[in-house]
Order: sequence, then C-alpha cells, then structure tokens
Amino acid sequence: MSVLLPIWFFSERDLFETQRLRLMLFFFPLLSIQQMQFMLLFSRQGKLRLQKWYVPLSDKEKKKITRELVQTVLARKPKMCSFLEWRDLKIVYKRYASLYFCCAIEDQDNELITLEIIHRYVELLDKYFGSVCELDIIFNFEKAYFILDEFLLGGEVQETSKKNVLKAIEQADLLQESQNEDWGGLSEDIL
Amino acid sequence: MALKMVKGSIDRMFDKNLQDLVRGIRNHKEDEAKYISQCIDEIKQELKQDNIAVKANAVCKLTYLQMLGYDISWAAFNIIEVMSASKFTFKRIGYLAASQCFHEGTDVIMLTTNQIRKDLSSPNQYDTGVALTGLSCFVTPDLARDLANDIMTLMSHTKPYIRKKAVLIMYKVFLKYPESLRPAFPRLKEKLEDPDPGVQSAAVNVICELARRNPKNYLSLAPLFFKLMTSSTNNWVLIKIIKLFGALTPLEPRLGKKLIEPLTNLIHSTSAMSLLYECVNTVILCVQKLRILIEDSDQNLKYLGLLAMSKILKTHPKSVQSHKDLILQCLDDKDESIRLRALDLLYGMVSKKNLMEIVKKLMIHVDKAEGTTYRDELLTKIIDICSQSNYQYITNFEWYISILVELTRLEGTRHGHLIAAQMLDVAIRVKAIRKFAVSQMAMLLDNAHLIASNTQRNGICEVLYAAAWICGEFSEHLEEANQTLEAMLRPKVTTLPGHIQAVYVQNMVKLYASILQQKEQAGEKEAAQEITQLMIERLPQFVQSADLEVQERASCILQLIKYIQKLQAKEVPVAEEVIALFAGELNPVAPKAQKKVPVPEGLDLDAWINEPPSDSESEDEKPKTIFHEEEQRHSRHRQPEIDEEELARRREARKQEQANNPFYIKSSPSPQKRYQDTPGVEHIPVVQIDLSVPLKVPGMPMSDQYVKLEEERRHKQKLEKDKKKKKQKKEKRGKHHRHNSLHTESEEDIAPAHHVDIITEEMPENALPSDEDDKDPNDPYKALDIDLDKPLADSEKLPVQRHRNVEALKSPDSEVPLVEKKSKKPKKKEKKHKDKEREKGKKKEKEKKVVEEEEEEKKKSSKHKKKKHKKEKEEKSKDKKKSKKKTHHSEEEPLESVQNGTLEDEPLPVSSCAQTYDIQGNLQNDSQVTVSVIFENKSTSFLKSMELNVLDSLNTKMLRPEGSSVHDGIPVPFQLPPGISNEAQFVFTLQSIVMAQKLKGTLSFIVKNDEGSTHEKLDFKLHFSCASYLITTPCYSDAFAKLLESGDLHMNSIKVDGISISFQHLLAKICFHHHFSVVERVDSCASMYSRSIQGHHVCLLVKKGENSVSIDGKCNDSTLLSNLLDEMKETLSKC
Repeated sequence: MSVLLPIWFFSERDLFETQRLRLMLFFFPLLSIQQMQFMLLFSRQGKLRLQKWYVPLSDKEKKKITRELVQTVLARKPKMCSFLEWRDLKIVYKRYASLYFCCAIEDQDNELITLEIIHRYVELLDKYFGSVCELDIIFNFEKAYFILDEFLLGGEVQETSKKNVLKAIEQADLLQESQNEDWGGLSEDIL
Repeated sequence: MALKMVKGSIDRMFDKNLQDLVRGIRNHKEDEAKYISQCIDEIKQELKQDNIAVKANAVCKLTYLQMLGYDISWAAFNIIEVMSASKFTFKRIGYLAASQCFHEGTDVIMLTTNQIRKDLSSPNQYDTGVALTGLSCFVTPDLARDLANDIMTLMSHTKPYIRKKAVLIMYKVFLKYPESLRPAFPRLKEKLEDPDPGVQSAAVNVICELARRNPKNYLSLAPLFFKLMTSSTNNWVLIKIIKLFGALTPLEPRLGKKLIEPLTNLIHSTSAMSLLYECVNTVILCVQKLRILIEDSDQNLKYLGLLAMSKILKTHPKSVQSHKDLILQCLDDKDESIRLRALDLLYGMVSKKNLMEIVKKLMIHVDKAEGTTYRDELLTKIIDICSQSNYQYITNFEWYISILVELTRLEGTRHGHLIAAQMLDVAIRVKAIRKFAVSQMAMLLDNAHLIASNTQRNGICEVLYAAAWICGEFSEHLEEANQTLEAMLRPKVTTLPGHIQAVYVQNMVKLYASILQQKEQAGEKEAAQEITQLMIERLPQFVQSADLEVQERASCILQLIKYIQKLQAKEVPVAEEVIALFAGELNPVAPKAQKKVPVPEGLDLDAWINEPPSDSESEDEKPKTIFHEEEQRHSRHRQPEIDEEELARRREARKQEQANNPFYIKSSPSPQKRYQDTPGVEHIPVVQIDLSVPLKVPGMPMSDQYVKLEEERRHKQKLEKDKKKKKQKKEKRGKHHRHNSLHTESEEDIAPAHHVDIITEEMPENALPSDEDDKDPNDPYKALDIDLDKPLADSEKLPVQRHRNVEALKSPDSEVPLVEKKSKKPKKKEKKHKDKEREKGKKKEKEKKVVEEEEEEKKKSSKHKKKKHKKEKEEKSKDKKKSKKKTHHSEEEPLESVQNGTLEDEPLPVSSCAQTYDIQGNLQNDSQVTVSVIFENKSTSFLKSMELNVLDSLNTKMLRPEGSSVHDGIPVPFQLPPGISNEAQFVFTLQSIVMAQKLKGTLSFIVKNDEGSTHEKLDFKLHFSCASYLITTPCYSDAFAKLLESGDLHMNSIKVDGISISFQHLLAKICFHHHFSVVERVDSCASMYSRSIQGHHVCLLVKKGENSVSIDGKCNDSTLLSNLLDEMKETLSKC
C-alpha cells in the first residue's frame, strides 16, 4: 500500500502528529455528501403533497414506507430532534408551517447538510412562487417537481447556486410558454 | 389539420385541467374515491384522443393521482407517448410522470431507449436536461448499458447545464451497469477540472460517492483532490472533498498528516460557514465542546453531539469516558432517537472498571422503560456490552450470570434466546463458573412456573432451554440433583414449546445418571431404585407429547430406564454404564470454523463420490442445536446393552453415509466438527486470567451485591498493590496477552474475581484467516469495487466502445518485459479546449476507444544490470515470461492508474510509464486524428526528457513542427515525478481511412534516480482500426431507406457461425466495438448505421439465424466496408 502515493507528495513534517490527525479524521464522515434515498412532503393531516424517490421501489413498498414514515414523524413532538433512525436509514425532517419535509439518507450521510438541503429547497420554492404556501404546491405540484429536479439529481445536489436553479426553471418555463402560444393560446395558462 | 387542431383545443376546454382536478378533489371530501374514479374514467377517454395536448394534460393529472396513491401503471404507454412529444411542454410532463411511476419492473421501459437517446442528443438543452433528470429516476440495467455511451458523450457537452447532469447521472449508470465504470472513469476524472464549478462539483460528488464505497481504488486521485481542496472556494465542493479524504486516509496514514495544514487553514479562513462547519470546527478542536452540544436544549444538536462522540470514541475512548454521566442522563431523554444514540455510546465506553456500574444503571432503565421495543433494545445492549470482545470487560462472571438471571424476569421480551445463548456460552466456556451457573440454573428450573407463566407469547421461556441443558450437562456440580430432577419432571413442563421439552427430556437422563451414580456409590440401593421409579412414572407424559422430537426421545429413554430397572432388580450395578453414555467434554467451536477449513487441493466438493443415493437420507442430516448432538454421542457410548460389534458396524456405516452425503456437511458444520475428533481437554486452547478469590453469595443473587463486593475487593486489591509497590515487586499479569491496547494502569489493577479460564473457540487447523464472509454479497456497491488503475482489458466494453488486443512484440534479447496499453480516440488535431469552443452548438461525437494492451519486451541498456535490485528483477522477469502476460501485469502493477487505456513499461523498478490514449473523431476535420496519451510513471524514479516518435507510414503521419524531419520525435511537454500521470496530445494526419493502420513507435526518456540517470526507451504500437474512424451517428429509418435506395453504395457481406449470445447482446457488441447505432430492429433482424469522419455512410443489415449471424453491409467505399466487416467478423467470432 505504501507505494500508492508518491513520496514527494509528503513532506517530512507530514510524518508527525498522528494523534491529532486521527481525531480529525473521525469527523470527516460527518461531512458526508448526500445520497438521498427519497424526499416526501406531507401535511400536518398526513396528506402526501410531493414524493420523490431516488431509489427504485415498487409502488407497494413506496406506499408502505410513506404510511409508516408519515405516522412516525407526525407522532413526534415539536421539541424533538429532526432525526430518527428508521430501518437502516436515517430520516431527517423539518416542518415548515403546515408542511413536513422529510428526507431519507444513508447511515454515513450528514444530517445537517440534509437539513440545509431541505431549507434550500424551501427557499427555492419560496422564491419561485413568492412566499410559497401549501396551496401553491398542491396546485402547481409539477412545478414543485421541476424545481426539485433542477436542484437535486439522483439524490445528489446538482446545483448549489439558487440563482442558477431558478434561472434554469425560468428558461424552461419560457420555452414552454412560447410553445404554448404557438399552439394557439388555449393551453392551461388560460385557466 | 388546422381544423382538427382547433377542434382538439375546443374539446380540451371542456376537459378538466390539473387545477380543476385538485379543486374537485378538495370539494369532494366525502366521496373522494368516487370522484377520483370518475376522473380516471375521463382521463382514460382523454388518453384515447389523438391530440397530444389532451394526452399530456391527462398524464399530468395522472401524475397527481399517483401521488395520492392511485395506481397509474396502466397508463405507462401513454406516458411514453407524451414523453416523445416534440414540444417541450409535453415532454416535460411525460418525463415527470415517468420518473414518478416507472421502475425496474415497468415492462414498457425498454421502449423508451431510442426516445431517450434522441432526447439526449436534442439540440435543445432543456430536452436533454429533462431526459437526464427522468433517466436518473428510472434507469435500469438495460437502459444503463444502452445509453452509457451517450451519457458519457454528454459529459463533454458544450453546456455546463448538461455536463453537470450527465456527470451526476453517470453514478446511477455505474450502479446499474458496473462495466461502464472503467471506460467512463477517465472522462469523469477529467471533469474534476472542468471550468464550470457546477460540473466540477458534480464530478467531485460522483467520485466521492464511488470512493467512499471502495476507497482503495481511488487512492491515486489523492494528489488531484488535494490540489482541488487547496484551490476550490466552493464550500459544497470542499465538504465533499474532505469527506473523500476521510475515506482515503485510513488507507494512507501519511495523507492525514498532509491534510492538517490545509484543513486548519480552511477552518480559520472561511468566514461564511454554515452550521455544519461550525460543528466540524467544534468537533475537531475539542471533545469538550461536544458536551456543550449534548447539554444544549436543541434536540438536533444533542443528537449530533452524541453521534460525534461515538465517532471520537473509536479512537479516544478515554476522552469520551469522562462524559459518562452525561450520556447516562441522555438515556432518560424522552426522545427515542437520542436514547438509542446514547446506548450506542455506552457500548463503546465500557471498561473493566465501569462495566458493573454502567450495567447497573441500564438495569434500572430496563425496569423503568416503557414499551417493550425500547426495553428489548436495552436488553440486547446489556448483553452486547457484556459479551463484547470475548467478555473482555467482565471481571466477575458470577455477577454476569446473576445479571442474566435477573434479565429473565423481564416480561414479554422477544430476546429470551439471546439470554439463553449467553448462559450457555458462559457456562461452557468459563469452567470456573460452572458450579455457580448450575446452582442458578437449578433455581431457574425450580421457578420455571414464574418464567413460563404464559408460554405461548413469551420468548423468555427460552432460558429454560439453557437452564435445563446446563443442569444436565454439568450435573456433577449440582447439589440438590434430586430436587432439580423433580422440577424437570413436573407436569407443567409439557406446556413448554417442543424444542425445550426435548432438551428437558434429554437432560433429565443426564441428571438421572449422575444421581444414580451418587446413590450407588453411597450404597443406597433403595434410593437408586426410587429414582428409577420416579422416571418411569413421569416419563410417559412426554411420550404422549405431540412434538415428535420429544416423543421419540422420551420413548427411547423410557425403554432404557425400564431396562435399567430390570438390572437394578437383579442388583446389578448400572451407574457406571449409564454415566458412560454422557462421558466426554464439549468444546466450543468458533461460529465460522467450518467455513474456514480450507478445501484440500484436488477435492471437488460438488462432485459425487458415489452415485447419488436413491432413497432419502435426510434423517441423517444434522440438526442444528447443540443438544441434538447428544443423540449421536449417545449412540457412540452406548455400551452395555447393545452388542458392541453390531454397534461398531453401524457406526461405521453411518460414518460412511455421512461422508457420502453432500448435504451432511452443509447442514450444520460446526457441531459436527465438535464430534468428529474431540481432542483431549488438555488440547483446548485456554486463555488464563489470574488471580483472586471466588465469591459466593448465598441465596438468590442480586447483581447489586456483586457490585458492592466488587468494590470492596478492588479496594482491597489496591491496598495490596500499594504494599507491593513499596516492595518494588512487579508482577506481570497474564491479562496483558489478551488485550494490551487500551489499558491504563488503573484498569490493569482490576483483577478478575475468579480464577477463570475462558476457553477460546476452536478453529480448524489451517483455518484461513479471511474475513470475507463478513461482507454482504448482495451489497450493490460491491459491484463497483473495481480497480480503476488496472488497465482496461479487451473484455470490458461499453456499448459503442472498443477494446482491442494488440499483438505482443518480443525482441529476443530483451531482459525486462514492458507493458503498454493504449486507448485511442479519433479526434481532431486541435487541443480539447479549442474544440469545445469551436464546436459550440454542433454535435460533437466523442468516442473512446478502449485500450489496447501491448506487451512488449524491451531492450534495455545493460549497464543497470549489475545493481542488486536488478538481479531480483531479472529473476522475476524470467518467471514472468513463463507465466501469462496478464498475470504478470496484475501482480506487478496492481496500483497504477489508468485512464482509457494504458501504455506502460517497466524496464526497471526505476522507470515505468503508463500511457493512455484517447482518440476523438470530429466531423469537421476529415483527415486528422488526435491521440491523447496519458503517461504515468510507475517507478520510483524521476522521468524526464520524454520524446515520442512514430515511424510514419505513407498514409498516416505524425504531425511534427515545421522544419523537423520524420526522424525527430515530438517532445512530451512535461516531466514525470514518480507515480504521477499527465496527458500529452499528438496529432496524426491521415490520407485515407479505408484501411486499418498500425504504427510502430518509440518513447525515449531519461530515468533519474539516486544512482544517476540513464537513457531508456520503450517500444509500442499504435493501432488505428477502421472502426475507430467511425462516429456513432443516429439515423432515422426513412433517411436510412433513402440512403439504401440511392444505389450508389457498394455491397459486401459476411457470415459468422457459432454465435451463441443473444441478438440484443450481439447488437450491443457491434454498437460498442464498431460505433454503429441501431436504426430499426425487427425480431432477429436489425438495420444499423454509422458514419466515418470522412463522411462515408455505412449501413448494415444484421440477421441472426440459429447459430449464425449474417451481416450485409453497404458503404460508399468498398475497401472500407470489407475492412470493417473483417474487423466485425473478428469481434463476432470471439463471442
């Protein structure tokens, strides 16, 4: 193993301070990157508002998981922490007004980043809809998905810049609208 | 047409759109299901219409319904229709619906391949984007295989928006189609240095994700990541890189030291730090700060604080142990997440010193705990904590047994079997404790009615199983054997589960035997007969048992005892013989012992030794539990009653049968081992723990008493120790041998209360030390455990990629084998970045060629040979020549990093160099090809002044600077320190592309090391196949038909026999190796198309017969066609 890295890469000084190092390295796993399994949005009443699965599961399984999770999360009291272990996953959830945002991550993943991702998504929704509320998401649920898809891809953060995400969405929307006009203006935007 | 359109729109005005649907559902709260089923009917009508807008609207509504939990899989085909709409508006909805409801089981998904491919290559980046997004949700192994190359191409798209997505989705592709990893990896690596931060971060993301699953394969990237870490300012990227280093550092400790400085800098310089960074800071700087986190009222922080602690714990148990109070406090938290975390921590925190105390606290929690789940969790934790590392922390086993006994008072736990297993394990392995254990178990048996009150739901009665066995097996330690026997014969016992009764029955005989012996020795004949009578009276209740096992054992034993009674009546002493039934000692066998037995050479376990037996011999299969073994031993030692000879014969026969029965070994290996050749007791490996006085606590033990006693004892010990110290006597303790790691002085001071032998579990001789069995073979990431540094082999293929073997050249007098591998891509002469700029908006085809391995042996300057390491090398190389080239390769250079392909040489340990080729074809320039070579230095010496030269052919020439002659090499514009790789590009001009080309070349370089510098060179061959001039170009069937009709194409055909692979696979091979794309496929017939960089059209018609494949080809150039077909024939004949 020792030949793996070129010797010049290390200086003499590198060869000291083992203890300190080890301590630090333990913590690196805390800074994990995200590999999200799925994201659920549901209301206080337990109504699902949005679901995004980054792992392929059958509908039956999805329903079962959703049911279990919604129950578990709703049963928790407001003061409790945002994390729970569930099966072999970690669940990170946060409540915004009447909506719960709930993500499942793997064991090594970082809960705090996940919270940030949730928050970032809420911010994006907020920017896009202009003080977003549950109804916005219900009535424009496809937009909510589009935004999510621009932000996360396959469970990984694909764009860290809020501006870029919104720009991509707006441009895609523009494209959609111009096509709709071609088509005779009878599209859903008249309704 | 227009009318139809308008009509469609008018129709549509009366349809519900999504908003109407949502409103409708909200307005029909009472009869939602009915309303929705109405809506679904409407949707079905809408889907039948031709108007794509109507369909899209319907699909959009369906997507909403899907979220509400309705099944919409029936509409999968309609979804695909909407996906293929030309308008982005609809396409977007189609892909959304697909990503929500398609999964691997969706059968129509295979219909999407071509549509997705088309969208991926759409000029509109949002079409591509939407396709990529969708694909990320429903990619299947088939899609991954078919589209891997397209996605790989997109990784070099001009728009960062697309590159970013393509890079991310590659990870999903790798998971589904691991073969794509190696061919795609070089480009992925390239993206680490992408000018766009988003793409860069995506690449970091994917590589980190890959690396953390299998870090060892990515170690060679460390320098690159290190550079990124010191240069990047994007926090998200930094986080990921640091994470990656976290995974790499355990493999390369020096790396960690290297990281300290940049990390510290980062921590101090970043001002806008997220909470996360704050946390990291805290964590790195001081464990003490974690305490603040845990004490915080914010539950999130508390949770993370505990989590962080458990990570520190692994290295610095001391620093965490001082926070024991806090952690114990967390056990009381109302939040279960937090309690469980705290429990985890406790597991790692115990030491000899605090074990008793911690367990005592836990026992209090067990009593208090509400809800069986948490209580069960506590119970398992207590057992885990105590039994960890071979009972390392237990100083007093009496205490442990009493804890176990106390745990049996838990009602409703599911974990009775855990407690039972512990009791058995301790009693078997800790000899000194047997007497005590037996007395406790006897008490349990006596109180069985308490434990087994409601047996059906109660898992705790499992402990009776252990209790009965322990009392029976070690009955010599039992004081009141009579009483215990009676307890076991109580009628109530028959309500226990069958397997427990069976153990009861078996062990009462053992008890009986020992009582009999006692009585006989004492001359109490009457008492002996009484006990026999008791057995005969009570056993029938078991004979009537519904459980076969119990019944069988009971009737056997009943007969035996009746026989004994007869003998007793004749006043024949029988005890000796009865006791002989159970002679011998049981040794514990390690759980994986059987697996570790190496299979002797030449033994094929699956081969039949004799013809398979006709009748079932299943009865010979070994039952799993320890106790069932008794039977067998029984038969071995049953001496007096049965004719010895007959017995021996049967035994022999049985052994024979067992040996012949292949299932025998499988069914329960370890117990078998135990019986086959039980070594004498003196052979049992024993770990000694010294010292101290055994304790006896009268009456029902309370573990608390032990805690108190233990404290006193330790105190006393300490005093003694102090005395000793004064006398300057130091004694070494045996303990040291067992665990010398974490023990501080104070801990060593605690000597175990008993003279304890812990019998280590037996392992077979020659046991293999592998721990492979710990790995989950189903782990999806395991498939990605791919050595990326190993050069690509020709068997590895991506669709539309190509690997070829290049013949090896051997020069007769060469000393040292060289290995060269190259991958080529036909590519424009211009440097890559230029290409990118120029090609904006144009479709760019990149192809990767896979690597060719060329092994060449190289002449070497003889001066070096005298050095020591050389001699070794020479010897090695001789060996190598004999062995296969590949083997040599993997043995010698398991670690080098390779891109697309590698060209390496290993003239000495001094210099070695790996090269990778990348050839990219571009439609803009029809006579040039760029070969990108990645050189990697695998030696420990410095390589410089590298020059690459090829022998030009008439057709193919290396582009040299003006004024230089054909004999001048092109200098490689860099030097290579050891282990480093870098890329150089060489441009070749081509006259004609109709023929394959081979160019010989030489790389010369100067090797510089401590011993001076030498000039070395390395020969290689470049192979430009015809297929490498082709560019995968999609073609639609109408255009294809026109092309064929035009009539100005030459025709040729081949036929290859003996093809056994599926047609699908075959097409994939052609696409992959020869850069074709499928135009149309009908049954076992397909049309394919490709285009050369000089604009030749190549059309193929591939037909598969039973065992053969025929390919008809048409092309503008007949030579090109025949060469291509020849190449194809070669590929196919290998199938």
